[in-house]
Amino acid sequence: MSKVEASYASRSTLVKPRAQGDLAKQAGLAVVIAGLCAFPLTLSDYWINSIIIPTIAMGLAGVGLNLLMGYTGCVSLGSAAFMSIGAFASFNLLLRLPELPLPLVIVLSGLIAAAAGVVFGLPSLRIRGFYLAASTLAAQFFFIWLFTTFPWFSNNNLSLTITAPRLEFLGWDLKSAQGRYLFALITTILMVWLARWIVKSRIGREWIALSDMETSATVIGIRVAHRKLLAYGISSFYCGVAGILWAFAYLQTANADTFDLDKSFEVLFIVIVGGTATIYGNFLGAAFIILTPVFLKLGVSWLGLTDYADIGTLTNLERVIFGALIIYILIKEPDGLARLVQRGLRSLGRAARGVRGGS
Amino acid sequence: MLIEVLINGLLAGVMYSSVALGFVLIYKASGVFNFAQGAMVLFAALTYVTLVEKGIWSGFAIVIVLIVMVICACLIERLMLRPLANRDPLVLFMATLGLSFVIEGVAQLAMGTDVHILELGIEDGIIEVDGMFLSTFDLFATAMAGVLLVVLSFMFNTTRIGISLRAVADDVVAAQSIGIQLPRIWRIVWSVAGFVALAAGLLWGARQGVQFALTLSALKALPVLIIGGFSSIPGAIIAGLLVGAAENLADFYASRFINGTVSTWFAYVLALVFLFFRPTGLFGERDIVRV
Repeated sequence: MSKVEASYASRSTLVKPRAQGDLAKQAGLAVVIAGLCAFPLTLSDYWINSIIIPTIAMGLAGVGLNLLMGYTGCVSLGSAAFMSIGAFASFNLLLRLPELPLPLVIVLSGLIAAAAGVVFGLPSLRIRGFYLAASTLAAQFFFIWLFTTFPWFSNNNLSLTITAPRLEFLGWDLKSAQGRYLFALITTILMVWLARWIVKSRIGREWIALSDMETSATVIGIRVAHRKLLAYGISSFYCGVAGILWAFAYLQTANADTFDLDKSFEVLFIVIVGGTATIYGNFLGAAFIILTPVFLKLGVSWLGLTDYADIGTLTNLERVIFGALIIYILIKEPDGLARLVQRGLRSLGRAARGVRGGS
Repeated sequence: MLIEVLINGLLAGVMYSSVALGFVLIYKASGVFNFAQGAMVLFAALTYVTLVEKGIWSGFAIVIVLIVMVICACLIERLMLRPLANRDPLVLFMATLGLSFVIEGVAQLAMGTDVHILELGIEDGIIEVDGMFLSTFDLFATAMAGVLLVVLSFMFNTTRIGISLRAVADDVVAAQSIGIQLPRIWRIVWSVAGFVALAAGLLWGARQGVQFALTLSALKALPVLIIGGFSSIPGAIIAGLLVGAAENLADFYASRFINGTVSTWFAYVLALVFLFFRPTGLFGERDIVRV
């Protein structure tokens, strides 16, 4: 299969006509969402705090980068910078404009991040490929510098940290673990729904055309500049909102170094591991990134290696495993975990049908 | 004063050039932006320092490191490059990102995370030339970069291997059809990039100590590459000098207005400005895009 064919095959849902079972599907989706809202509330605070909330937040950041990298084909090494813009913008909006409701703050912060994204996306009009990595790296270093050099952004706090001044909606206090979970989940569900709509729309199809071959896309009349800048803007909007979730729903206290280059790489890995040009795959990738260190620590203590393995060794082991897995996935499963799960489900379905047919 | 800032900047730029050279080599011969170059710098320097601390004579240690780098190149070619042959350059770039994690992790697992002090036996004294104070170590680094430039240019322009490297860079399929073995070329290029990594690692390590921060040299090299063009060896050297000088000057002037430095991001912004006017860099080759 050529690259183009393969890329369309993996995105074949784009052109699938609306099925008959749409209503049933939507009802099923509603049940799943209700379940997602209710189920983790029964879990311990540890699970919600340290596994589920970060997975949701990083997954959303992955969606943001995937819209840019997976769909439009522009590489970015600066996702964390746009996350930091979202976090710092929302902090300042919440603090300085106390009458603004939380949802509006989220949207405004996202828009501020989007504006920054468009500015740093401008070079993409003249350059391609790795050269773009420099532009996004510039964003990465510039914004970290900005937030650490000018204390105004963190309200002149001596340690330059930011904490959500308020986290409430319609009188509901969202500061508890459950409250922050619902805050993160509902924000993310809305944004995922929007992302699915975007990639199925004309915009999404034109993005895919751009990523497949820019020159041909120009020839068939796609407004390359407009669409690329739009991709940068929307992607940064998603990263900005993910930054808010990471800073206030997960960590609760953050500073500029929370969003360093390593965080950008993490987002990049989520996209690779989860699968490029997918939406829900990002959450699989995020779960992978969050859970791998947890399992590694469990494995070390289970094998009784705690006396030998200090934190430094563990971190390095984690690096090696991550790196090797990235290479392995790129070689064996370029479409990522999303594709793996999809194939697994399909063969399960076939097996189920086979059993029914046989009996 | 201004001249002194400028000259010290130029000398600091030599360090950037030394790292950027390794990138250019691999980009020239395989079209891959090798993000793992910084990790290779760390790995080479760390191996050298560990050997010397074990009491091995430094000349012998260098030979051992070179052999290790060749083995690494062969492993990388066999395990990573060959299965990923003919894939999108973006995929290869991400693979090198994964590779940098592996190399960093292995280096620190095997040799620890301590900061090592590296003595090259060169006095880091200060000499006065025309009333300006210059570091002798910087002058030595400059000489070393000059030697590297001459040797690499000679290799690329006159030897048989160099000419096949350029053929591969020009057109992979055509090069293969006239009997150039791609895997062999890859092994050679990655080995040479490993040697350059050792040279850069020794220079940087003697300056800052051999530590994890050496991997960041890869990030410093990116703006250098953009300004010089990804595929030009003299470009890497000249752009390195330019970035070093510009960074030093910017820091010098910015310190009057704000406290702290601007050098973390200044090089990138400079590279961006450059991209707008010369998208292929100073010496880069212009791509022709066909449908």
